[in-house]
Amino acid sequence: MEDAIAVRDLVVDRGGRRVLHGLSAVVPRGAVTGLLGPSGSGKTTLMRAVVGVQVVTAGTVTVLGRPAGSPELRHRVGYLTQAPSVYADLTVRENARYFAALHGRGRADADRAVADVGLARAAGQLVGTLSGGQRSRASLACALVAEPELVVLDEPTVGQDPVLRADLWAQFHAMAARGTTLLVSSHVMDEAARCDRLLLIREGRLIADDSPAAVRAAAGVDDLDEAFLRLIRAHQADQEDPS
Amino acid sequence: MSPRILAATTGRILRQLRHDRRTLALLAVVPSALLTLVYFMYVDQPTPPGQTSTFDRVALIMLGFFPFVIMFLVTSIAMLRERTTGTLERLLTTPLGKLDLLFGYGLAFGAAAAVQAAIASAVAYWVFGLDTAGDGLLVLLIAALNAVLAVALGLFCSAFARTEFQAVQFMPVVVVPQLLLCGLFVPRGEMAGWLQAVSDVLPLSYAVEALQEVGANAEPTGTMWRDLAVVAGSALLALVLAAATLRRRSG
Repeated sequence: MEDAIAVRDLVVDRGGRRVLHGLSAVVPRGAVTGLLGPSGSGKTTLMRAVVGVQVVTAGTVTVLGRPAGSPELRHRVGYLTQAPSVYADLTVRENARYFAALHGRGRADADRAVADVGLARAAGQLVGTLSGGQRSRASLACALVAEPELVVLDEPTVGQDPVLRADLWAQFHAMAARGTTLLVSSHVMDEAARCDRLLLIREGRLIADDSPAAVRAAAGVDDLDEAFLRLIRAHQADQEDPS
Repeated sequence: MSPRILAATTGRILRQLRHDRRTLALLAVVPSALLTLVYFMYVDQPTPPGQTSTFDRVALIMLGFFPFVIMFLVTSIAMLRERTTGTLERLLTTPLGKLDLLFGYGLAFGAAAAVQAAIASAVAYWVFGLDTAGDGLLVLLIAALNAVLAVALGLFCSAFARTEFQAVQFMPVVVVPQLLLCGLFVPRGEMAGWLQAVSDVLPLSYAVEALQEVGANAEPTGTMWRDLAVVAGSALLALVLAAATLRRRSG
């Protein structure tokens, strides 16, 4: 089966600076792919290109067989922005119901999405009165409410307590088991181990595209943090000495 | 555009408004409070026989002007918030059409403005004895349409503001010249030719003329309907321009 996302030679400039330097990568269907890299490495820009809201300078992004941003994809792709993008002056339930309605989904779907992110008890609360972690889960509920085929999540677990983080990752894997494709960014390396596949980017270039086990094997260490460090150093050495 | 998404968006905006009790109270009370000021400003001014009293002349125009200025400001800020909180970017990745969003704002804030104008008109007619030759319901219609125009202009202008400070500055730029040149302070016919020409391309001038027609004539006049058509056309044009400034992709 073709890949859920195919990025080819993607170049993106933002604010007069080149953010992605001809990046190519694929994301397989029905799996959780982690997009790892330090802050400022281009993770958000790549995700924006995938959901079709980023102006690209060159290259192609194909999503579920169509050019990224095609109107027919808007029903099939869910996007969680890094900063929670929900209405602070609506309740959690009202937010979920609105985003459900945009996709032709009903109240039951909205209530289920709210319960799935552990906010059932806060459903009647205004988003503006929630804690940061709760607010980002409210935003997550709105991204998942229409059960999209592809879910693009920009740092969904920031600010969540360890128990909730484990719950959310279990939920991501349950979704993948049902056939959903997930692209999840993080800058926390301990989350990398939870992914089926990893894309490591640094300064707008792809450094690794493999399973966690293969990344460990390639670097010759067990610790993913250390493995990434070695890969980055090897990458830098390659660039300095192309011979 | 989809009726289902438009309805959901209109409902969402009204729900946001409902949760903001203070804004609702201000929307309901401020125009009537300002009309009270206008009433006491002119209460002791003598009216020459056979002429409209100054209060009647000014209050009638204010009934159209208050929703215009208030809805322009409210919409500019609301749309700017959609941009800065990221909800706009997210909405544009969903099946929502640009016109669903823009018409949603027009309908929701237009309805709020109609209620606001109804309260202000009730106060003007029944408390302060405003006297118009024509039907008060026409005054309401003009006020509501004027509010929709203001919403459309606010949606368009918010595209050029990056911050709240900038958005608020558009109020004096867009609203004040229209108030100065609409014929309230100096009749349009007595202005210098070039000022008249400017006044002729400002939509508020037509709303004010329509209100004056209702004030002076028992039956709706052709001029009034033409003026209303100009106001509605301007609102539609501003909405289309606002849609053109909404880009799904940004840098």
